[in-house]
Amino acid sequence: MSKPDYDGPILEIENLSISFFTRLREIPAVMDFSCTVQPGEAMGLVGESGCGKSTVALAVMRDLGKNGRIVGGTIKFKGRDLTTMSEEELREIRGSEIAMIYQEPMASLNPAMKIGQQLMEVPMIHEGVSKEEAYDRALEVVTDVRLPDPERILKSYPHQLSGGQQQRIVIAMALMSKPALLILDEPTTALDVTVEAAVVDLVKDLGKKYGTSMLFISHNLGLVLEVCNRLCVMYSGEAVETGSIKDVFDKMQHPYTQALFRSIPLPGADKNARPLVAIPGNFPLPHERPNGCNFGPRCDYFQAGRCDAGDIPMFPVEGHDRHDTRCLKVAEIDWNAPLVAAKTTEKAPIGDVVLKMDDLRKYYEVSANALFGGSTKVVKANETLSFEAHEGETLAIVGESGCGKSTFAKVLMGLETATSGQILLHNHEIQSTPIQERSTETVSSVQMVFQNPFDTLNPSMTVGRQIIRALEIFGQGNSDEERHERMLELLDLVKLPRAFAERMPRQLSGGQKQRVGIARAFAGGAKIVVADEPVSALDVSVQAAVTDLLMEIQRENRTTLLFISHDLSIVRYLSDRVMVMYLGHVVELGSTDQVFAPPYHPYTEALLSAVPIADTHVEKKRIVLEGDIPSAMNPPPGCPFQTRCRWKSKVPGGLCEKEVPPFRTLAAGHQVKCHLSDEELASMEPVIKIAAE
Amino acid sequence: MLPFLLKRISTMILTALCLTFVVFYLTNLPPNLEKLAKSEAGSRITDDEVASWLERNGYASPMILRYGEWLGVVPGWTTADADGTVVAGRCIEKGQDPATAARFCGILQGDWGVSSVFKDDVSKIIGVRLTLTGILMFWVMVTMVPVSLLIGILAGMREGSRLDRSLSTFSISTAATPEYVSGVILIAIFASSITGLKWFKGSAASAMDGITFENFFLPVLTIALYGVGQVARMTRASMAEVMTAQYIRTARLKGVSFANVVIKHALRNALIAPFTVIMLLFPWLLNGVVIVETLFSYKGFGWTLVSAAGNNDIELLLGCSVVAVFVVLITQLISDIGYVFLNPRIRIS
Amino acid sequence: MQDLGWSGILIGILKNFLPVWISLVVLFAVSIRYKRRLGLYGKLFDSPIAMIGFALVMFWVFTAIFADLIATHDPLSQISQMKNKLPGTVQPDGVNWYLLGGDHLGRDVFSRVVEGSRIVVQIAPLATLFAFMVGVSLGLPAGYYGGRLDTFLSFLANLILAFPVILLFYLLVTPEIVETGMPQYMALVLFLFPIAFLMVLVNSRYYVVPEFRTKVLLVIGVIGGYLYLSLVGEVGTKVAVLPNALDLIHVPGNILIVFVSVVFVNSPTVFRIIRGIVLDIKTRDYVSAAQTRGERPWYIMLWEILPNARGPLIVDFCLRIGYTTILLGTLGFFGLGLSPESPDWGSTINAGRKLITIAPHPAIVPALALMSLVLGLNLLADGLREESLRD
Repeated sequence: MSKPDYDGPILEIENLSISFFTRLREIPAVMDFSCTVQPGEAMGLVGESGCGKSTVALAVMRDLGKNGRIVGGTIKFKGRDLTTMSEEELREIRGSEIAMIYQEPMASLNPAMKIGQQLMEVPMIHEGVSKEEAYDRALEVVTDVRLPDPERILKSYPHQLSGGQQQRIVIAMALMSKPALLILDEPTTALDVTVEAAVVDLVKDLGKKYGTSMLFISHNLGLVLEVCNRLCVMYSGEAVETGSIKDVFDKMQHPYTQALFRSIPLPGADKNARPLVAIPGNFPLPHERPNGCNFGPRCDYFQAGRCDAGDIPMFPVEGHDRHDTRCLKVAEIDWNAPLVAAKTTEKAPIGDVVLKMDDLRKYYEVSANALFGGSTKVVKANETLSFEAHEGETLAIVGESGCGKSTFAKVLMGLETATSGQILLHNHEIQSTPIQERSTETVSSVQMVFQNPFDTLNPSMTVGRQIIRALEIFGQGNSDEERHERMLELLDLVKLPRAFAERMPRQLSGGQKQRVGIARAFAGGAKIVVADEPVSALDVSVQAAVTDLLMEIQRENRTTLLFISHDLSIVRYLSDRVMVMYLGHVVELGSTDQVFAPPYHPYTEALLSAVPIADTHVEKKRIVLEGDIPSAMNPPPGCPFQTRCRWKSKVPGGLCEKEVPPFRTLAAGHQVKCHLSDEELASMEPVIKIAAE
Repeated sequence: MLPFLLKRISTMILTALCLTFVVFYLTNLPPNLEKLAKSEAGSRITDDEVASWLERNGYASPMILRYGEWLGVVPGWTTADADGTVVAGRCIEKGQDPATAARFCGILQGDWGVSSVFKDDVSKIIGVRLTLTGILMFWVMVTMVPVSLLIGILAGMREGSRLDRSLSTFSISTAATPEYVSGVILIAIFASSITGLKWFKGSAASAMDGITFENFFLPVLTIALYGVGQVARMTRASMAEVMTAQYIRTARLKGVSFANVVIKHALRNALIAPFTVIMLLFPWLLNGVVIVETLFSYKGFGWTLVSAAGNNDIELLLGCSVVAVFVVLITQLISDIGYVFLNPRIRIS
Repeated sequence: MQDLGWSGILIGILKNFLPVWISLVVLFAVSIRYKRRLGLYGKLFDSPIAMIGFALVMFWVFTAIFADLIATHDPLSQISQMKNKLPGTVQPDGVNWYLLGGDHLGRDVFSRVVEGSRIVVQIAPLATLFAFMVGVSLGLPAGYYGGRLDTFLSFLANLILAFPVILLFYLLVTPEIVETGMPQYMALVLFLFPIAFLMVLVNSRYYVVPEFRTKVLLVIGVIGGYLYLSLVGEVGTKVAVLPNALDLIHVPGNILIVFVSVVFVNSPTVFRIIRGIVLDIKTRDYVSAAQTRGERPWYIMLWEILPNARGPLIVDFCLRIGYTTILLGTLGFFGLGLSPESPDWGSTINAGRKLITIAPHPAIVPALALMSLVLGLNLLADGLREESLRD
């Protein structure tokens, strides 16, 4: 079966509208959406959660489920309208002409089927090839996605591979029939940054090699910049701006795009001098969209009577190539006007040491095989952790999964006790006092903000009740009335309306829940707050507001903030000092400036290079790490990073494989755990350069 | 795999010991023993005579010792006459020379005791009865498993469809109908003079000599119906869950046809849960067997259990319990092992 | 007077159930009217399946409540001429009918089935509730703490689950066992759970406000303790604490043993369900948040974890009442525990089955009654599951 030749646009979506039908009402998910993907082009689809970008992708696959329906418009693939095709015709196109890659690699592979079978199935269905030929094809594609030992991989089951490898298999599966269009739905969200960078690199290369057009869906502007030629920004079910990357990034013509860029931490942003500007208000729910411009209620340029008068079409932008925007006032707004700086603040002074960790270790004993028993293994979750944290300081702890940052938080909170070493809190040793034995004062002064906003609040208790409970436990207030009053003040503190006290968590948005979580953490006047990726699960526009709030409370209460994150952009924006961890070891520790400038630890260097930055002026050095993060159950000998380090050859005598490097002081307060000589370290070049305008 | 098996088997043996001890304890309570003494030595005997009868027959020693004797890890009791020669004992059969008798004689030695009602070796009785029940169970499984899996899969593959609705209603109804209800209704419809149908026989007594469709269909159907409901609902739930999994969508969007999505991608994953359920259903089927054998007067294992319990036949009841407990434990073991084998995620990790 | 034809029988039955019809109509009208304000209960009325199930269940509940109004005869009185008479037969004195015929002793089948609903509707939900108390009180710590406690409790649960139910009944529910006082000792332990459960529930939350806590605990202790002693003890048996004058609740030994055995058989399954849910919920961040603010374990188990497990628990509760109904029927079917005179459905089926090929109605009627109640509960559970999964 040969694929017909065709040289028009690969995908043409015109005025597409999609609705979901529930028992109560019709919920429009996508309205009047148009875009075109030319052969070989990579189109980015950007927007916050709930904006309808994934729905568009599913509509192209015609897989909207029972409740979803296309209510208007056409989707033309190579000139044929997908919306009117029969199941039979669709099946011929799916997998052979259009392929899709999803968010969760583990979930998209069949757990009970060998990888080889799952791959070979594709050409066997669509091209009717023999088993042998399909096997050869699978082998070739698996080699193409740069997986080691392809034959072994084909024989294994999905759970035997790491997350990164699984995602490569999903990509391989999509490429088995050399499709004309590849749809990628947040393909790297579930992966660690360094693994993400490698996968993105692969996708780009393969797109070129196979000549595939791509529809790349992401909430991350930085990633879109790296992968795509063009992009389409979506907001609340509509495309608001579409154009080439260069045009949209540098000469944006829609207030939402502008606000989005202003709310993400780009190099140069600073929490004191150039703070982020959060987008006010909340994302409208699908059935509560305003009249006219959906972004209207949150827009700085909003003009009543005009912006909310009626539906707004897309306007082409004069003088740009295929650049459209859905804004009535596009010609009137001065897009180059400098940002009226939001209130800037003085840098808060750093106080005395409040928390000191000295040579802290935490080892776990786990049985090697949960079901079958067997020998126990020691997992070294934290090795020789030493640092100090000062009053009013933000110390960022950076690392990918398995680096030991959560274990460290548990030990500090007293949920686990340390194996050895010391934790000094205001000069009291607390490393071996479990939380039940800690005094109320100690407990209330060290608190935590959790990562997942949808999980941080008890779903069956009102917001107010949850805060009051924290007050009760921390011994605040003498009567129920006092505590109720204090709870309302805490809601004020996190800038939530007092009426929220009576609400159930499910009635709150992610950002609002996170604010309640913060209020709860500060209920006992916490002096040290461990924030475990507090904004990573939030939408970009909400992240800025929550970060801001944390900073503000910190400044007022002189709280020490231990900010755990894998996102170096936000770390650079808000932290005073940075600690980089890898496989239980601290590999680098220093002030933010020191860590973000050479000399780096080789891991920090790779991490910096891997973080996508949504700025066309930034030039990055590409450092792609080989392989995946080793398992903490089975760490490599010697330096933990030696298996992926590109500098390893510069250290004579294979020292890296034999010994854990010592912690060396490079400059005042800047320490690195590396065998590299001073000369080699000095020869490092900056990873990120900002090109002159 | 080996350590896992060892661990499972040792837990199983411990469970079996605990359970048999409980049964032993409950069947050997003073009132039961008194009843036994009266039925063996005459119902009009005095309390003192009861006590001496119990003493002479080895029932006076502490419970735990007697359990050990029954198990075969403690030497069997003996009674000696005045000059010290052994005259009777647990391991001494009538007319046997005490010197040649074995020291231990419990179930570990294969000596299951003698039924006080049937006056025959317990092991022999159980062997015969268990064969009869085995035949019944075999036919139950043959009808139940394919039917229930088919219903579950058909209902679960398109959740909410009309096919699903009707099959689900059917399986809920049968799951709400215990054997003593369905048995009664089936007999009334198909074997009574009221409807006049008389297609099948309301008693399976003749099936003990030769199975015919006419005498065996109703008992098999009665047990199977209830099981079908349970297994089909489980299969449906498991299938419906698998059908919403991301990898099923992947398969669909690879262009795999619906039939192949179900057969190649969904089935194996969906059958893991029902397999365990079918195995764990054995204790339940045992219930069904007891009810149905009583209802249809089919003198199999279940019928024996009931009559032993009703007649205070201690040795026979103990023997039945051992078998029942082992059947349950072995099916649990098979279910565990099968789960591991069906599920590659656990097998290799 | 004439014997009734089928339509006459039907009209007669419908007429006798009048109080039930009125109650059902009122209940449904009110519930549907206010369904949006009634939470999960209100959502039942969005699903036809759940509504049918609920109607069936409530039919029997109302029947049990109005049983004396509905029954046409005394369930125990025998009229020898009416032995095995067909449905609709006129009494010899000609004043009334046996709507659903007479049984082998000449008692009215219809009245016996109606009165029999009382026994099921009283015992099944209560026994299930107790089984839940026991299962929850043990399953929470097993799942939350894990380790040795979990291994031990799970072993115990599996032990009971490995016991063939019928064998257990045959061993436990015998006059000899009642004589030894064993059911009362078991009741002593099992009935302690609800009181302990309530006290821990209150204490874990209100220990921060000691005055209030102490007051509530006292009230629970006094009322609960009195009920406990009154329920468990009985003058003239092995456990006699309260004198007869103070003993409020008299439970005959054979009913107590039935109740205890049913609780005993059900609780390990509840234990396993709870344990599984706890293992899942305890990894949530709000549990970590409670831990990091220094909450005590029982607060976390009872106030943070348990309320969020309510969905699957409510569904299982319905299913389990059905299962308990089946178990009670099984007991009756084997003539265990309940007196042979008792009009409960299991015993009636047992009595009727002997003549089933000649006169099936004495067995069929209670069989259908039992089936419809269990079916109703299963449908209700199914509807609840579907509705709680939605939104």
